Amino acid sequence: MEIRSLLLLFLLALGTSSQAQIQVIGKVIEFNEKGKTIGVPDANIYWLSSTLGTVTDSLGNFKIPYHNTLRKLVISSVGYRPDTIPVNRPNLGNIVLYTRVVLDEVVVEKEVASLQKSLFKIQNVVSVDSREMLKAACCNLSESFETNPTVDVNISDAVLGAKQIQMLGLNSPYLLFTQENMPSIRGASQVFGLSFIPGSWIDGIQITKGAGTVINGYESISGHINSELVKPLSDKTFFLNLYSNNYERYEFNSRLNQTIGDNLGVGMYMHANLRDGIIDANGDSFLDTPLGHQVNFMNRWQYMNPQSGWVSFATIQYLSDTKKMGQTDFDFKTDKFSNTNWGSEINTSRMDISAKVGYVLPDLPYESYGLQLAYTSHNQDSYYGLSIYDIQHDSFYTNFIFNSIIGSTQHKFKTGINFNYDTFSELVNSTMFHRDDKLIGTFFEYTYDNLEGLSFEAGLRADSHNNLGNFLTPRFHLRYGLWDKASLRASFGRGKRGANIFAENQQFFASSRQIAISERGGNYYGLNPEKAWNYGISFIQKLYLWNRVLDFSIDFYRTHFKDQVIVDWENPRLISFYNLEGTSYSNSLQLDLNYEIFKDLQLRATYKYFHVVSDYATESLEKPLQPSFRIFLNTSYETPKRNEGSQWRFDLTGNWLGRQRLPDTSTNPQQFRLPSHSPAYGLINAQVTKVFSNTFEMYVGGENIGNFTQERPILSNAAPFGSYFDSTIVYGPVLESAYYVGFRYKI
Amino acid sequence: MKKPILFTLLLLFGTVLAHSQEKNKSVSFEVKGNCGMCKNRIETATIKMKGVKFAQWSPETKEFKAIIDERKCSVQDIQKKISEVGHDSDGFTAPEGVYAKLPECCKYRNPETTRMNHGNH
Repeated sequence: MEIRSLLLLFLLALGTSSQAQIQVIGKVIEFNEKGKTIGVPDANIYWLSSTLGTVTDSLGNFKIPYHNTLRKLVISSVGYRPDTIPVNRPNLGNIVLYTRVVLDEVVVEKEVASLQKSLFKIQNVVSVDSREMLKAACCNLSESFETNPTVDVNISDAVLGAKQIQMLGLNSPYLLFTQENMPSIRGASQVFGLSFIPGSWIDGIQITKGAGTVINGYESISGHINSELVKPLSDKTFFLNLYSNNYERYEFNSRLNQTIGDNLGVGMYMHANLRDGIIDANGDSFLDTPLGHQVNFMNRWQYMNPQSGWVSFATIQYLSDTKKMGQTDFDFKTDKFSNTNWGSEINTSRMDISAKVGYVLPDLPYESYGLQLAYTSHNQDSYYGLSIYDIQHDSFYTNFIFNSIIGSTQHKFKTGINFNYDTFSELVNSTMFHRDDKLIGTFFEYTYDNLEGLSFEAGLRADSHNNLGNFLTPRFHLRYGLWDKASLRASFGRGKRGANIFAENQQFFASSRQIAISERGGNYYGLNPEKAWNYGISFIQKLYLWNRVLDFSIDFYRTHFKDQVIVDWENPRLISFYNLEGTSYSNSLQLDLNYEIFKDLQLRATYKYFHVVSDYATESLEKPLQPSFRIFLNTSYETPKRNEGSQWRFDLTGNWLGRQRLPDTSTNPQQFRLPSHSPAYGLINAQVTKVFSNTFEMYVGGENIGNFTQERPILSNAAPFGSYFDSTIVYGPVLESAYYVGFRYKI
Repeated sequence: MKKPILFTLLLLFGTVLAHSQEKNKSVSFEVKGNCGMCKNRIETATIKMKGVKFAQWSPETKEFKAIIDERKCSVQDIQKKISEVGHDSDGFTAPEGVYAKLPECCKYRNPETTRMNHGNH
């Protein structure tokens, strides 16, 4: 090695001394339309500020005598951008010339990160765009949060395998989900609703921590997640995605959009999936992941006329979903309700119809009217072993919103009226439950901006509800710009809701636990509604560190329950529901650091700490199955885009979850007891995407690459009809590592 | 005889004029400036004026748009205000002292500044 470099130096030195003895060689190439390299013939090669030169041969090769005084070579050819390169070695290798592009205007832009924390919004909002969705392993909303540290994803139980999300240490019922600012994933769809929204239909997600706004209702306590779907007028004409993994899970997504005239667009979106793999890697005789299939169809119409100020959407969605779970030997045709094997089946059909009309006064851009209408019919029929759970939830929602100003755009307000009607019919084993929820509410939200860093949003709702009573809901958010690129935010607000105890906790049906409700004379299964205050404070600083953006943020939120329905798993024979007596709170702290370490390599690091405690009937306990902390690391790297947008994208996510308190099993026989706490564990996901062109890309990835699984996810798996059967105590993955491959085609 | 008629006409015309002072009058005119910092300065100064309901300035087109209550302020009032914070518009020139204090990238009277890197501000 050393001898060779010495020789090279010697040769160079010789060339320098003897002038023009050494020949500099190289090859001039370009990328053709297919991205292949081809030689550029007849390109001019000459020494900078001289007339000494040559041309390339038919293959693009050239040879030119070395000049020690002329250090730089110019390579040029008609129709290409010329290049000047320093000559520091005898073989210059391949020199790429790019075609000269004639542009009216050159726009140099840096793409904003796919996950954005706003510096200026009053609320603490994280915006996630559709590019982030591509990093997620798969294809529905629940899985799209896996690269996002704000939201925690966990698995509901060992049998259903539904992914549940949490914010601020509180389960998803305390979160408000909206789809295009209309409530969704509520009531009957609380547990599975996230899997009913295909990831490829989502254009962006906004995650608001804390109390949220009064416009969408009074229910949100810990936060608000809004998902925006793709819109026919701005979406691609055609999109196709196929996905499959090593557990015989297949997904199909397609979107087709058509523009009719200037202002009208129509979209047809289709999603289908099939889970066909009978997997029992842990040998407990139960499926590690459910079997199932889903057909999901959406038709959207969008009308937009900027001249007249009218905007409108009409959407219809139909979904049919089947999940089959249980023992691998269970025969779904003959074994239903028999004692031979344990099995479970959940059939859901759902129809969503919604319309939105908005009018912005063309002369007064700050004044607008909006009307939202939605109707949903959700029907779930299911059995879990010998237990039956059916729910029919019909919902009608309407909201009218008026936006204007007081004096000037420094003082904005939103006001409106909201009417909801929900009916719930449930069959729990042999007991029928029926409830009607009727609501009329009005709201007013005032936003002030002093234009010098201080802004706040103060909202108040007054609602009249047949089961919750008449009540006020205040919400307040404030932002103050401390110094350059730094914001301090504070918020407080109250939320109130009636708990749908069966729909929200239906995993307990996959256990031998008996139901115990301590009735209080309330309107929700005899229980009183839940009420909580949420307070939060956050700080964000963005700065340029070595010319790259670094942002650092810290926030602390506390949710304090005035009343709560405690879901008590502490007696392994029972699931008890009762109203809180005493105190219940959740404290959560989050620290985030995002930085582009070097060009196109992004790092996100997060530390979260939780302290969630409730007074149970007997004692004060930490919330079960809640990690005490979580460390999240995500790195992503993108190669520079070449011709036709081709590039490589790499994404690696690591999670480390602190230990979790497990529900008490000490009264069980020895072999069915679990330790008091789970171990801490880590999960790694990775994905590589190869973009061939702007129209075609392929991806491969792995989930749970470290192959961590919970040791004994199901208690008494050998006797599922015995009194110790329990699949609800799940603190980690049941499924081993999964590997997937897929492609996306879009025009 | 003729004088009263003329007087009435004048009066009528006057009331029409008075009525033509609109509550939501859209106005627009050109304001010199360069970048996002200029935008912020122009919009902040004007929206705080009595009678200005909406103010927007585009760095690309240099057009300033506003919606004003004509009973409370006029286009001249706005132009004067804009000149006081350093920006020229038709007939209103910013005082030298104010202009000199603008950040380098905002000194729109020097054509070189338009080529400066205005970054994200």
